Amino acid sequence: MTPARPSVEEVWSWLGEVPDPEIPVISLVDLGIVRDVAWAGDTLEVTVTPTYSGCPATSVINFEIDRHLREKGLDRVALKRRLSPAWTTDWISREGRDKLRDYGIAPPVDGTAACVGSLRALDVACPRCGSRRTERISQFGSTPCKAHWRCQDCLEPFDYFKSI
Amino acid sequence: MAGHAVQTAPLVELALRMGDNCLILGHRNSEWCGHSPALEEDIALANMALDLIGQTQLWLGLAAEAEGRGRSADDLAYLRDVPAFRNLLLVEQPNGDFGRTIMRQFLFDSWHLPMLRALQGASDERVAEIAEKASKEVAYHLERSGDLVIRLGDGTEESHRRMQAALDLLWSYAGEMFAGDARDAEIAAAGLAPEPDSLRPVWRSHVEAVLAEATLAVPQNDYAQKGGKSGRHSEHLGFILAEMQFLQRAYPGAAW
Repeated sequence: MTPARPSVEEVWSWLGEVPDPEIPVISLVDLGIVRDVAWAGDTLEVTVTPTYSGCPATSVINFEIDRHLREKGLDRVALKRRLSPAWTTDWISREGRDKLRDYGIAPPVDGTAACVGSLRALDVACPRCGSRRTERISQFGSTPCKAHWRCQDCLEPFDYFKSI
Repeated sequence: MAGHAVQTAPLVELALRMGDNCLILGHRNSEWCGHSPALEEDIALANMALDLIGQTQLWLGLAAEAEGRGRSADDLAYLRDVPAFRNLLLVEQPNGDFGRTIMRQFLFDSWHLPMLRALQGASDERVAEIAEKASKEVAYHLERSGDLVIRLGDGTEESHRRMQAALDLLWSYAGEMFAGDARDAEIAAAGLAPEPDSLRPVWRSHVEAVLAEATLAVPQNDYAQKGGKSGRHSEHLGFILAEMQFLQRAYPGAAW
């Protein structure tokens, strides 16, 4: 009746199938918010860190993880929140960045997560035409994690997944 | 639930002060939703409100946990009355025009960020963790509010006039951030937070640099309106609570 206890590697691959509720082209693992998977006795503990303190997707994310693992046959799942070290966009995977770009969201510029608050001279490529002649409209966009940018060549507005 | 006459532990007091600032300023910013002068600003204000309410959940969650009286963050937000709130008078001041809202945010952010950076060295790990998380978000708040103070201060004659008026009006509420009281001394003695006055030089130098670029004159009167941190509030807080707490007061325990 009870399936054999899956390895944590297998659980990680299952979690890689759970889409982010607001940006469904990337998974929660791509996003870098799943921090740990471990067995504690017969309970699977999944440790998740929030992206932004007030991100409304946080409770949905926990719900989706729980639901997905139950569908895989795990009935004892405990979700733990870990605040520190605080989530950084540096944890978004290479695949995740490519998927964001393909979806039309410019991924965070490498190596800028540590200099939040001094992002005036960012070199953000337009996800549609690739031009680097882009400008920031507003550092706050359609979700907490995104800023609002515009391409000066193809003139399209686009979302930039801002560094934090 | 009035909460007066109960001497809270230093950790609870600090978490309430931080959380109540975030809650009330977040609520004030949320009042702009759908009313801002431009769509981008509407979105920005709503996003900042969201950050602040998220931080409120962390701080009031810690306050509730440390207090150990079986209350939740929601209980603290929705079921306390005015004298139990520990926020600065600055953050409960009415929004006024857009310029006043931005100036209030700038004066607060300029304190909030160095405060959070200092709190990352707190003796309590939970305080340090929340501060680490929040400081990354608040760095964006400060960048934005400073930018806008410069653009509006050094903008048109009308925007300059409004920003100077906002600064002159709000200046007397800024001093409370640096005026330590007996509770602050206990909090500092416990290694939880710096003495408030120690943050004044970094605040002052940042604010003066931005105001100079914004062509705004620093007010000369340093009289400080105080009371919020110890629960003596302006008449405005009651109206905020009346709106914010209405649902839980009218339908106790309502959930969805």
